[in-house]
Amino acid sequence: MKEKLAQIKAEALKQIEASEQLERLNEIRVNYLGKKGQLTAVLKGMKDVAPEDRPKIGQMVNETREEIEKVLEASRVKMERALREARMKAEVIDVTLPAKKNNVGHRHPNTIALEEVERIFVGMGYEVVEGPEVEKDYYNFEALNIPDGHPAKDEQDTFYISGDILLRTQTSSTQVHEMEKGKLPIRMIAPGRVFRSDEVDATHSPSFHQIEGLVIDKNITFADLKGTLAEFARELFGDKTKVKFRPHHFPFTEPSAEVDVSCFKCGGSGCRFCKGSGWIEILGCGMVHPHVLEMSGIDPEEYTGFAFGVGLERIALLKYEIDDMRLLYENDIRFLKQF
Amino acid sequence: MNTALSWIKAYVPELECTDQEYCDAMTLSGTKVEGYERLDKNLEKIVVGQIEKIERHPDADKLIVCQVNIGAETIQIVTGAPNVKEGDKVPVVVDGGKVAGGHDGGPLPEEGIAIKAGKLRGVPSNGMMCSIEELGSTREMYPEAPENGIYIFGEDAEVGSDAVEALGLKDTVFEYEITSNRVDCYSVLGIAREAAATFRKPFCAPEVMVQENGEKVEDYISVEVKDADLCPRYTARVCTNIKIAPSPKWMQRRLAASGIRPINNLVDITNYVMEEYGQPMHAYDLDQIAGHKIIVRRAKDGDEFQTLDGQVRKLDSEVLMICDAEKEIGIAGIMGGENSKITDDVKTVLFEAATFNGTNIRKSAKRIGLRTDASGKFEKGLDPRNAEAAINRACQLIQELGCGEVVGGIADVCQPMKEPVKIKFDAKKVNGLLGTEISEEEMLGIFRMIELKYDEETQMLEIPSFRQDLLGAADIAEEVARFYGYDKIPVSLPNGEATTGKLSFKLRIEQKARDIAEYCGFSQGMCYSFESPKVFDKLLIPEGDALRRAITIANPLGEDFSIMRTVSLNGMLNSLATNYNRRNKEVRLYELGNIYIADELPLTKLPEERVQFTLGMYGEGDFYSMKGVVEEFFDCIGMKKKAVYDPASIKPFLHPGRQADIVYEGKKVGYLGEVHPEVCDNYGIGTKVYVAVLDMPEVIPFATFDRKYEGIAKYPAVSRDISMVVPKDILAGQIEAVIAQRGGKILEGYQLFDIYEGAQIKQGFKSMAYSITFRAKDRTLEESDITSVMKKVLNGLEGLGIELRQ
Repeated sequence: MKEKLAQIKAEALKQIEASEQLERLNEIRVNYLGKKGQLTAVLKGMKDVAPEDRPKIGQMVNETREEIEKVLEASRVKMERALREARMKAEVIDVTLPAKKNNVGHRHPNTIALEEVERIFVGMGYEVVEGPEVEKDYYNFEALNIPDGHPAKDEQDTFYISGDILLRTQTSSTQVHEMEKGKLPIRMIAPGRVFRSDEVDATHSPSFHQIEGLVIDKNITFADLKGTLAEFARELFGDKTKVKFRPHHFPFTEPSAEVDVSCFKCGGSGCRFCKGSGWIEILGCGMVHPHVLEMSGIDPEEYTGFAFGVGLERIALLKYEIDDMRLLYENDIRFLKQF
Repeated sequence: MNTALSWIKAYVPELECTDQEYCDAMTLSGTKVEGYERLDKNLEKIVVGQIEKIERHPDADKLIVCQVNIGAETIQIVTGAPNVKEGDKVPVVVDGGKVAGGHDGGPLPEEGIAIKAGKLRGVPSNGMMCSIEELGSTREMYPEAPENGIYIFGEDAEVGSDAVEALGLKDTVFEYEITSNRVDCYSVLGIAREAAATFRKPFCAPEVMVQENGEKVEDYISVEVKDADLCPRYTARVCTNIKIAPSPKWMQRRLAASGIRPINNLVDITNYVMEEYGQPMHAYDLDQIAGHKIIVRRAKDGDEFQTLDGQVRKLDSEVLMICDAEKEIGIAGIMGGENSKITDDVKTVLFEAATFNGTNIRKSAKRIGLRTDASGKFEKGLDPRNAEAAINRACQLIQELGCGEVVGGIADVCQPMKEPVKIKFDAKKVNGLLGTEISEEEMLGIFRMIELKYDEETQMLEIPSFRQDLLGAADIAEEVARFYGYDKIPVSLPNGEATTGKLSFKLRIEQKARDIAEYCGFSQGMCYSFESPKVFDKLLIPEGDALRRAITIANPLGEDFSIMRTVSLNGMLNSLATNYNRRNKEVRLYELGNIYIADELPLTKLPEERVQFTLGMYGEGDFYSMKGVVEEFFDCIGMKKKAVYDPASIKPFLHPGRQADIVYEGKKVGYLGEVHPEVCDNYGIGTKVYVAVLDMPEVIPFATFDRKYEGIAKYPAVSRDISMVVPKDILAGQIEAVIAQRGGKILEGYQLFDIYEGAQIKQGFKSMAYSITFRAKDRTLEESDITSVMKKVLNGLEGLGIELRQ
């Protein structure tokens, strides 16, 4: 019996080694290990074996089965691997063929710049608020310390709807609405569309966007204003950005300043971008004029604050090196897709 | 404002700095320097030479050979200039030197023009004699310079000396941007005062002393101001024996550097004083003034008046006029009249220096359409004290320049002057506002420099009348800050109560709208808020339609920008048209912007501003792609119910058979459709355009960021396909409504998977096939569950006239 088993095994292994196809391995499996297979036949012949020898023979049969199975399995794995290799070899593709893109749309550069600014100020605890674009004269001018007859009122080339209704010329009007709510302290930015009667050209548009900022609390100082805007400039234009505050005049702030940042193209050494000066003007700001606080019902003896206004297009044009403002309103897809 | 640095230094004699230092320091103390230009740029090795001998060139008729003494030596120069003669003193650029430009006066080359010794037609020439154009200037500014020739100095020029200096070109012209509150700085004296304080140097104002002849001004002129509200002060002085001649070179040079063309001594003096004091002056020929009387009064409505530029101007009763006993002779503060213009024969001059109501001048100048240098200064509101100082200065110059005699006294009609402003000074408060620790001494030092007087007892600062901008404590803080240095103020961040940084719900939904639009391939456009009233016709919006009730801008930039939009489609279609014309394929755009809806016209209260989420596209995709974007958006903002698309929509600008109102929970929240082919024609778009417009104020109340997990189904779903023959006019929406209504609790979903119209289907019908899915949350469905529901559904469908196919 032992010899017979050895012979079956030797034969099986030989056949396995000779086989080249998975189907053949299956045949071998059926032929030797299947219900009508040779090993099974040996087991069926156990009735002819002496009972005391049966366990031993049984064990031998099982060992033989296991060995054949092991070799069969190894052979199957080997064969399948070879097959997969061959298939993959045939599946080589040209990875340089064009991509299949999803063609997602693009945000307007103004919005990208705005979201940057919003991110920075929201991070500093500012709320983003909005105000009306068609506005009362009072909010656009008078409450900002620009009474009737003030030169600044004429300088701004306002579009009027009727006597006291106009298209706002500055987002500063939103300051007043926020202050009037009477909820202090205030930390807000107010982005929005503003209008001035400028003819359309490469640097002017009758409608553009500003972002107004306002902080009102006890003990707010000019130093706080400087610190806040320096932080803003570094976030927006990079860590190395330096900020310069120059005295200026706005009717609704006192002291007032204009802010230059070191040119983010040349780093301040002077280039075409900053017209050789190393500095680029980006915004106007100042301490809220006590009279403005008073008009909106805030006691200037108790509260102080600062305000600033940034031109959104200015930031977008600078940051993305767009040389003609008209591109922002043409909506040519070849322009928009660059952002 | 442009001014030569030498003029500033005349009043700040100790000022010493480079041009760049001056520029930086002035800008940081608040007098912004826009730029500066060196007048001696590219002028090198140029001296005063004297022509000793002139000979003809042996080989050229048009050239001459000059021996020119340049001090240290005499050099030979060949020139073609026609205007020189022996003995003339001329600017000479020697070998290795540089001039600024060519003799034709064209644009100056950036690097100048190098001059080298050479030969002209064989004769050595060791330098060049210069015209004023070659020296970078013009005959406008140097009226004595000859046309097309070498500049010739006066007798007094020193041979061998620096010609650039002799011409007054060793100077730098600074251009300042003066802020509107600093009226006093629209003058050389004002800027000089700032420069003195900036550099901590003494400020020396000109000493004004007028030598009068024995006559009295009352014998020449009387002044009456009828409308004192518009003229707080009117001063007049008279000068006799006027001799018109060129003004001295130093005055010409200063004016020229300021961009003012020298004319003659009288005109130059008024211009000079205007620059120096910031006070516009006017000179009348006294012999032309009837009755030797000046009356200041308003014009009458409808009056006409010829200004000295020859133009006839229409007046009204708000325009202030200067008149004599008989007639109007000038528009106050704006321009004098043709009828009292100074001529070269003038004998006696009446000087006027007045203060007018700034707002009135500004408004008058605007209405008349005539803005002058003078009106530009008056409209800022001048200091009445300055008028007197300026008129005396002018008289002093008349006398000093030998232009005439000054009659004694001043005719002065003056309203009571305002008391000087006094402001309480508290160093602690200033530091509190600035966030600084500047000592009181240092602050007081700053005040002294800018001429604010401090009374220690009352702790009050007295403000000089020329500083009309200083009214309160905050203004004082700014003075401290700018002379202490904005750059030296420390930096800090606001501390105090913490606040939450956030965006409003509306803005967050708008952000989602942008995200979804972009995921779906739409790029963001921006359109104007105002447009032409013609867009209503372009969009086929009928007369009388509510959309035509647009807000009109009273002073638009032209008809194309004259109304506030009531519908967002024009901007979108224009943008698509721009792309179409530029042959851009596959364009998808969206816009988030307001329309403006008036409650009542003309406007009595603010209109409603409604954000419109507008999507537009041409190229790949159709109505259903657009519908998909809308649904993706709704899904993303938590609008989980099924929107209804109502084909009863009748937008005139959309295809009548391909449009729908978007209805959510019974509310119209927008519309979508294919743009009407005629509208496409009107915009010049030769392809199908699809649009969707969501009225965000209607959408936002349904939006939510709340989400609740509903569990993933544990039990299997069962689906049933039904195939139907459907009357053509039955809409998918009707079929789906039946399925949704009758499907009961176990209905999970349904999906149209086939729709067909054609030969195999009988006339007037279409074939549609749906797959309906059922699932229960708590058990595996049994056949009987499904059969009973399906029966209900099928019954319902049969009610619509639908036949089931096998």
